Amino acid sequence: MNRFQLNYANYSIVVNSVFNLSSRKNRKGGVGLAPQRHRASQLSAIGLGKSFGNFEALRSLDLTIAAGEFLTLLGPSGSGKTTFLMALAGFLKPSRGRLEEDGVDITDRPADKRNFGMVFQGYALFPHLSVTDNVAFPLKVRKVPAAEIKKRVGDMIERVGLSAHAHKRPAQLSGGQQQRVALARALVFEPGVLLLDEPFSALDKNLREGLQAEMKRVHRETGTTFVFVTHDQSEALALSDRIAIFNHGQLMQAAEPRAIYTRPDNRFVAEFLGRINLLPLEGCSAIDGRATGRLGEATLSAPTGAAALAGRQSLLAVRPEHLRIGAAGADDNSVAGVIADKIFNGAEMSLQVALATGQRLLLSVPDNSAAAALAVGAETKVCWPVESGFILHDDRNA
Amino acid sequence: MTRSWMRYAILLAPLPLFLVASYVLPFFVVAKWSVTDPEPGLGQYIRIFTDPTVQVVLIRTLRICVIVTLVSVTLAYAIAYNWVFGPPKRQRLIEYCVLIPFWISVLIRAFGWLILLRNNGIINESLMSVGVIKEPLALVRNELGSIIGMTHFLIPFAVFPLASALRQVDPRVPQAASGLGAGRMRIFWTVTLPMTMPGVLGASIIVFVFALGFFITPAILSGGRSVMVAEFIYLQLFQTVNWGLAAAISVVLLVIVAALGALLHKVARLDKLVG
Repeated sequence: MNRFQLNYANYSIVVNSVFNLSSRKNRKGGVGLAPQRHRASQLSAIGLGKSFGNFEALRSLDLTIAAGEFLTLLGPSGSGKTTFLMALAGFLKPSRGRLEEDGVDITDRPADKRNFGMVFQGYALFPHLSVTDNVAFPLKVRKVPAAEIKKRVGDMIERVGLSAHAHKRPAQLSGGQQQRVALARALVFEPGVLLLDEPFSALDKNLREGLQAEMKRVHRETGTTFVFVTHDQSEALALSDRIAIFNHGQLMQAAEPRAIYTRPDNRFVAEFLGRINLLPLEGCSAIDGRATGRLGEATLSAPTGAAALAGRQSLLAVRPEHLRIGAAGADDNSVAGVIADKIFNGAEMSLQVALATGQRLLLSVPDNSAAAALAVGAETKVCWPVESGFILHDDRNA
Repeated sequence: MTRSWMRYAILLAPLPLFLVASYVLPFFVVAKWSVTDPEPGLGQYIRIFTDPTVQVVLIRTLRICVIVTLVSVTLAYAIAYNWVFGPPKRQRLIEYCVLIPFWISVLIRAFGWLILLRNNGIINESLMSVGVIKEPLALVRNELGSIIGMTHFLIPFAVFPLASALRQVDPRVPQAASGLGAGRMRIFWTVTLPMTMPGVLGASIIVFVFALGFFITPAILSGGRSVMVAEFIYLQLFQTVNWGLAAAISVVLLVIVAALGALLHKVARLDKLVG
């Protein structure tokens, strides 16, 4: 896979060209190449399922993707996110359920009749065709007149900043450039939906960030519905209007990035996205919208939403960045513990505090704070505002 | 270092020595005959390009080779395509059907075709018994017989490089073409076939080179009525005892094959095709 081994010189050129593109846009007062709005489709999966023999890759999925939305499908490998994307594209025939585009059933419509753009993992460019011919392919298939093909392909190649490389073959381009060809090819026929299967997975981290920004800009400009598969959670949080998290072929939660991070529906989502502390509460009871229970000597509270407490083990969940070391305020939870470990992460310091009940709390504190200076083995108190925690059910034991 | 190198050299020496003794040296003798027999000079080479008898044989050989190459590479492409992309059961079936004849002696296969194709053979007998034809079709003891037998023999030689070329096609590329709106026929003609063109050229050269030197199959299936160049060389050696002409044609043939070999090396690396 030679072509993915970018050297430094190579990717700095690409990154520069990304920035040139945006700066050129700015010089022209934000006009640049006049953004063309595409039509956007709404997609619905209704009871959609896919089995391979006994293996259920996708179980009865119900999800509506709004027109113009940037939806990210996120999950560990084998979670069903790619299966769902392939079913959307028409490359996999679902075993159960239906797919609808703007209310029209498209379950049995073959891939070549769906009119969706797709960017593949590894791009799947036509190796025997030039950049121009790659981008022109979907237009030629649609029998667009030659003069119009020439114009639209030229515009699109300019839009992704590859005019200087239009005559080259994919093998002569860097990974980032190939990725833009794939994007141009998928968007040139103005599809109502763009499907993206881990388009950044083969790229360097630095290059990735530049291209993510560009992807977001393309989404804004075209207004097309984007369905994006990734296993990179920071990518999902940065790009999406909404994130759908999958596990074992099931949709665990679909919500806006902030909502899914701050108020995950279940333990899997809470643990999958970022880091979190989960504390089992004993004798949990709900009063005035607050759940209160005991953890060893301490009494801890958290807002309880609509979540019922009946009979199930309740977990108090709180993100490491909400914890602090020191005396409790008026409306804080507080537990005592011993500093067990310290890990330097650059901007922040990760502390692990061992509690008398056996749990370990994970905190992140600024590296220059007094808390970061505490020695391993020091006794301390950890506290956090009641409002920053939330209650989850332990679905592992349920 | 030097001593271990010497040891390997001694171990490896027999094969190159054998090749030099059995191929290279006799070839120089053959090359010498072509310019000395019956008298010194380029007379035999001039004969190749002027004598009508030789011309007929050369043109016939060329015609048969071109037809055999076109037919067998086309059929082999269809077989290789199904072998690589077909359902597992079909893949297994193709493996047997390609490999088993591949292991059977060329002589036995030629006689097999003779039994099938001759005037009172299975094909003509059954066609006449159901009344499709009155007279037996001339399927063998002519050019057609040679072409059928050679095509059958050479198809596996084309299947392997073509299958190898098809296996190198990233399945996501035709899939992408489908996602971009292309139907199956268009995907084949604009994506799959162009992507495997080096394999097609490689297979064509391999088949053509084999066909050029074919001896037993055309000798048996044409019944001496459409002599190809290899059989012609044999006749010059053992029947008309014109060793000079036989040697000159051999040299010309070898030059052509070497040129095609060099071309093959250029269009598609040989190790990639068979590997």
